[in-house]
Amino acid sequence: MSRYTAITPADLDAMLAVIGVGSVQEIFDRQIPQAVRLGRELDLPHGLGEQDVYEHLRALAERNTSTEDELSFLGAGMYDHYVPALIDMLTERSEFLTPYTPYQPEISQGGLQVMFEYQTAISELTGLPVSNASAYEGPSALAAAGYLAKLHNGGGRFVASAGLHPHALQTLRTNAHGYGMDVVEVGLTGGITDPEEWAAAIDGDTSAAFFAQPNFYGAVEDAAALSAAAKGAAGDGAKPPVVVAQVDPISLGVLRSPGECGVDVAVGEGQPLGNRLDFGGPSFGLFAAREEYLRRMPGRIAGETVDVDGRRGFVLTLQTREQHIRREKATSNICTAQALNALAGVVYLAWLGRRGFVELGELLLARTHYARETLALLTGVEPLHDRPVIREFAVRLDVDVAAVKRRCASEGVNPGVDLHALSGREADRGGLLVAITERRTRADIDRLAAVLALAMAAERDSAATEAVTV
Amino acid sequence: MSTTPLQRDRATTIFQKGAPGRRAFVCPAPEVPEVDPETLLPAGFRRAQEPRLPELSEPEIVRHYVGLSKRNFDLDSGFYPLGSCTMKHNPRLHERTAALPGHARLHPLQDPERAQGALELMWNLQGALAEISGLPNVSLQPSAGSHGELAGVLLTRAYHEDRGETRHKVLTPDTAHGTNPATVTMAGLDVIKVATNQDGGVDVEDLRAKADGDVACLMLTNPNTLGLFDPNIAEIAEIVHAVGATLYYDGANLNAVMGLSRPGDMGFDIVHFNLHKSFTQPHGGGGPGSGPIAVSERVAPFLPVPVVVRLKDGAFDLDHERPKSIGRLRGFHGNYGCFVRAYAYICSLGADGLRDASETAVLNANYLLARLKQRGVAEYLPLAYGELCMHEFVLSGGPMKQALQIKTLDLAKRLLDFGFHPPTVYFPLLVEEALMVEPTETETKETLDSFAEAIAAILSEAAEDPEIARGAPYTTPVRRLDEVAAAKRPVIRQAL
Ligand SMILES: Cc1ncc(COP(=O)(O)O)c(C=O)c1O
Repeated sequence: MSRYTAITPADLDAMLAVIGVGSVQEIFDRQIPQAVRLGRELDLPHGLGEQDVYEHLRALAERNTSTEDELSFLGAGMYDHYVPALIDMLTERSEFLTPYTPYQPEISQGGLQVMFEYQTAISELTGLPVSNASAYEGPSALAAAGYLAKLHNGGGRFVASAGLHPHALQTLRTNAHGYGMDVVEVGLTGGITDPEEWAAAIDGDTSAAFFAQPNFYGAVEDAAALSAAAKGAAGDGAKPPVVVAQVDPISLGVLRSPGECGVDVAVGEGQPLGNRLDFGGPSFGLFAAREEYLRRMPGRIAGETVDVDGRRGFVLTLQTREQHIRREKATSNICTAQALNALAGVVYLAWLGRRGFVELGELLLARTHYARETLALLTGVEPLHDRPVIREFAVRLDVDVAAVKRRCASEGVNPGVDLHALSGREADRGGLLVAITERRTRADIDRLAAVLALAMAAERDSAATEAVTV
Repeated sequence: MSTTPLQRDRATTIFQKGAPGRRAFVCPAPEVPEVDPETLLPAGFRRAQEPRLPELSEPEIVRHYVGLSKRNFDLDSGFYPLGSCTMKHNPRLHERTAALPGHARLHPLQDPERAQGALELMWNLQGALAEISGLPNVSLQPSAGSHGELAGVLLTRAYHEDRGETRHKVLTPDTAHGTNPATVTMAGLDVIKVATNQDGGVDVEDLRAKADGDVACLMLTNPNTLGLFDPNIAEIAEIVHAVGATLYYDGANLNAVMGLSRPGDMGFDIVHFNLHKSFTQPHGGGGPGSGPIAVSERVAPFLPVPVVVRLKDGAFDLDHERPKSIGRLRGFHGNYGCFVRAYAYICSLGADGLRDASETAVLNANYLLARLKQRGVAEYLPLAYGELCMHEFVLSGGPMKQALQIKTLDLAKRLLDFGFHPPTVYFPLLVEEALMVEPTETETKETLDSFAEAIAAILSEAAEDPEIARGAPYTTPVRRLDEVAAAKRPVIRQAL
């Protein structure tokens, strides 16, 4: 008996008698051939008491530098937003935390209604009429949009902007290789997707065209122009590509929505909406589309209906898309998704509210602009592009980014993401991606500038000294 | 009858509540010099109409969602014998440890030197999963079981391609979970079904006939979705390996064999774990989950990037330089929050505790099965295959439908009135009116007894009057819902 099981010796005797066997071993002996029995204890440590497990996990946690421990400007897909206390309270409630996927709708109305509300919120944000109940996370949602496009128009290739998050591009490639698609990458000019290269890359055999808004380098793309160009580039008679935008949901309080920009499918990383960082997951992926893609959507969708007494209720619907019904012809293999994280997302949006959501977007715009201007004044710091930015921007340093980051770290500041380390692109050498959230005040930004300036100067000095000694 | 009646108020969504001007969030002041909005973001990019989100105060939001929570049944409230889903207790300790700021507020792009605790945790978890599965190389990246399956089939493809072979077929038994065939198609391969023999295992002759040089992989669940351990597993592995194919283990049923039998020792090359089943990650009403994979040496070069490695000096790092890797399956490193919980669980139980968990899960299942073999039940709900079971078992409601004029669905709905979550119904597909029961190790004998009594009571009630079950449930927030109408004219968002 462990602390999570409850079969006493007396229970055991009674149970074995009812089963009609002499021992638990006999149950296994009669079913598992000896040749594949382990025949020894697993080579793992002994079990620990609750308190000891807690201490061990606390000790591990203390060896991580979290956003509580330093002034962090890390972003690139996940952001240190303030998560309101009511989200902790609601996501910890047993009734939301511990049920399975709502296979029995009569006793799952709470969860199903949350999905319905979530779908409504995502649909409002994206300006697209249909949303699923969640995908795993951002990059895999993008790959799922690729699969939708493949099913929808059967072309043999994808065109993808280099402005996508590198993880999204890599995930798309991994998946596309599976379902037999080539991925053609379109480069950036002046910080945004090169419009000519974009249009030239798209042809009648293009299933989908992908871009990010704002893009990986923080720049606002001309989404409407990219959508229109993609649709026009396919040529006469050819099925136009499905235009897929990877969006940052936080930006949608101020930016034109994907729907308004002619986008067919919007996907994105949901973490900024009320989910904690958790070293990268779990969060959720948002997935919204135009009506015509409804029956090719991946994942669960909650729908409204009535019960036998005419009472309003919700069910999982359009299930003939899904793996448990359609099996090898399913529009996706997804089963368990991210319901609890999507709950955090919709609660967060309700908490921000109609006005708050816009105000937060405006706040990020103002502070991010200020941060970019402030850093641009430093010696050796050059903005990577001059496009509008929402919540994140890229600069180039004239010294080694990793070394500068180490120097800043000793001052308790994490100045941002080393672009080259993340993207692997030669052109990103020296690049630093700086993210701002409402948790980063003006004073924090000023401190970043001061610490960065000193770190860069020190790095320049030591590089010079090294050069002399060599 | 229900222990805690769920709330029955009329459903009103959050979008139908509140009033203009109400708010819960107070936006911090920008503090920075004011700049012309056109400079910040030119009008052409700006949104004309803001999203019509609701406007409510914090207390209203809390009441709304707490109210919704009361319209959910959950594992902490009652028995949840949902077959294939392993609804075992979710220790609260795990929530506490996962919420520690050092875990919960750690940015995924933190420099590895300053995320050593997280990487060590991942390293330790990888090691434990390798030992439990008998397969030495682990990637924690996949987000759930079916994502692990996708990883596995893509790995198989890469493995064959690396040897200069293009293979097209993946074999799956007809008892397989729907994610198996769906995954195969997504990975660009073709599904070939293998028959089930009269004992509920793989039909070895059918397998032999279908195993040829074009087969890339056989995907199996063992114990399978009938709750039966395939006694021919060694022979099956031999047949599959003889044609150069890989053997994939769907780990949804791992809870039957932890510390007792290992997929790697059975001959499997690739296994996925469902941390949200066997390892207590709470299911969250439909996720999050986590679906790590463990693989044999020959498949290891193709694992997704990055991989957690230990350097010579003992420090941990993320290795992105793996030239043969299939690439990434998602952003960052996987669902770390789930790793914390699974790791806490493994630390709590240890080797003996994990074995005990599986033994008790199998004991509980067999006890419940034996209780349901009693007169008054077994005539209507016979065990579909076998005599004993592993951690779950599948009954057939066929005779019940014949004799009592109620279907498995009716029985399931009536169970709701008795305060139980019903078993999985209508899966696996090859069992008529299937009822798949998985009690798990964390239930007491008393709970199992009361469930068996409820089944017996419903059947004898149906013998008197089948209409009762056919009209059930009666005590739930809503009664039977019109799913056909929902699918025919889909309403999937609140009209505003
Ligand atoms: C046998 C089996 N295989 C695969 C899966 C898919 O796992 P997940 O829901 O984590 O994707 C399940 C889950 O329901 C299952 O029961």
